[in-house]
Amino acid sequence: MEPIKILSATGILGTGFSEDTLNRALDQNPDVIGCDAGSTDAGPHYLAEQVALASKEATKRDLKLLIKGAQQKEKKIPVLIGSAGNAGGNQQVDWTVNIVKEIAEEERFTLKVASIYSELNNNQVLSYYKENKLKSLENAPPIDENLIKELTRIVGVMGPDPYIKALEEGADVIIAGRSSDTSIYSAVPIMKGLDSGSVWQAAKILECGAASAEQRLHPDCMFAWIYPDYFVVEPPNPKMRCTPLSVVSHMLYENPDPYYLYEPSGMLDTSESHYESYGERGVKVSNSKYIQSEQYTIKLEAVQHMGYRRISIGGIKDPVILKQLPDYISEASSVVKRKVKESLDIDEKDYKLLFKVYGESAVLGDREPVKNHPLNEVGLYFEVIGRTPEEAKSIMSIASHTILHHPVKEWSGLISNLAFPFSPPYAETGPVYQFALNHVVEVDDPCELFKINYSVIERGEPVS
Amino acid sequence: MKLYELARLIRSKNAGPFMLTIDILFENQEYYNKTIDSGKINANFISDIYGINVEEVKIFNCPESLAIKATFPRSVSSGGVGDNDLFGGQQHGPLVEIEI
Repeated sequence: MEPIKILSATGILGTGFSEDTLNRALDQNPDVIGCDAGSTDAGPHYLAEQVALASKEATKRDLKLLIKGAQQKEKKIPVLIGSAGNAGGNQQVDWTVNIVKEIAEEERFTLKVASIYSELNNNQVLSYYKENKLKSLENAPPIDENLIKELTRIVGVMGPDPYIKALEEGADVIIAGRSSDTSIYSAVPIMKGLDSGSVWQAAKILECGAASAEQRLHPDCMFAWIYPDYFVVEPPNPKMRCTPLSVVSHMLYENPDPYYLYEPSGMLDTSESHYESYGERGVKVSNSKYIQSEQYTIKLEAVQHMGYRRISIGGIKDPVILKQLPDYISEASSVVKRKVKESLDIDEKDYKLLFKVYGESAVLGDREPVKNHPLNEVGLYFEVIGRTPEEAKSIMSIASHTILHHPVKEWSGLISNLAFPFSPPYAETGPVYQFALNHVVEVDDPCELFKINYSVIERGEPVS
Repeated sequence: MKLYELARLIRSKNAGPFMLTIDILFENQEYYNKTIDSGKINANFISDIYGINVEEVKIFNCPESLAIKATFPRSVSSGGVGDNDLFGGQQHGPLVEIEI
């Protein structure tokens, strides 16, 4: 049997790849070019605010090379982009589609572009919740009807099915909302009738571009040849190579479990996968298994608005203060809270005042195992999260002034205990969001949460 | 020997916004075996270091990748109010210099 050949452009669209590598990969005549554009890694901000993580220029550079390469071939290659703009919200899909349209206009391409939207509205999620179709995953935050109504934005993480639908309807380029990492790369094999462990594990390895190479010299392409019972993976860049160890080690990265990976339609089991060298730079992986589940599930990601933040940081060097730092912070904090009530009439429950002591326990917080070590100096970071930007500002004015001058019994007279590195000694960082769902929804149809629109472009001109 | 002398990489990272995972990848088979045979890195040990419930810690010994992996919940979701480490990339610190 002929293998299904898949080219992964790079780990995240907009982080780049070498043009020479891409051309070598295109010489292999891939059946599909895929690229992931997203992740929850950079936090809730990107889903909430719908800004892209990569710049427009860098995204356009990557997309242009991919679409050009795909269109130059006699048999055009579909280009699949998942989790557009980082979080895969509708505006991020549109942002990416607009870049494709610019490219098409500049290059006079004829293209059918699919936009796959993955946002859900609050009422949809509320209905699933009431029908008991929302199931929590590990360490999921508690949810109730009020929280669901207040969520700022919600996306469903699609499997390969909406991609397959768009391909069957003739899409040349697919810009999809939030997608599971593997959906981008499993779509074409599944459409061609191959839905095996080899497909899903290859998809997982491809998802990070060249990251499964022994030494990823820079973000770059990865290539896989998929057969029913094994696959071969090899970096198209001759300066990089995969080894059995580099490929199996990649299964550890960012995964909670190194052997079992949950997907909308089932579970990938790599516990008995076998890894061996293939040629000089490739690795052959066999015996991966995929177990279909009875219930198809879509993972949901959502963010809630928590208020508006102001931050400050100041150095503390005085040994007298450092010796009593925890008491100093808790006393100063009590004074701040009293003054905020007196001067602003804002209750403690209506804002947050949080501290981190850099040089002591800021990175691990309560989990820091080293206690009471001598301190030479620390950076005291503190933040206020208020209900409005104005309240955050007023509270921060009181907090920074109070913490700066809070007295200690060893010194008499007015003291200044924070070395601020800038003026004003605090900064506004805008709205604060938090991830609020770690749940799946049980669906009857894998495509039921996802809407597909098409833009048809002929020789650079939009037709519909 | 200290763990960092046996490992080619010790890293922590988010495994989704709600979980944290630590990978210890060993230099070679000998160092992997040495660490496994010491029995030192287990769920109790991780739970003691980080002050988390032992039932919340999962340990995977991975002979094919010469790695030990530990996965446990984040105390605050990634980038949430009060989070200390958006990417979860510095949580492995307390393990680097432990004696095996």
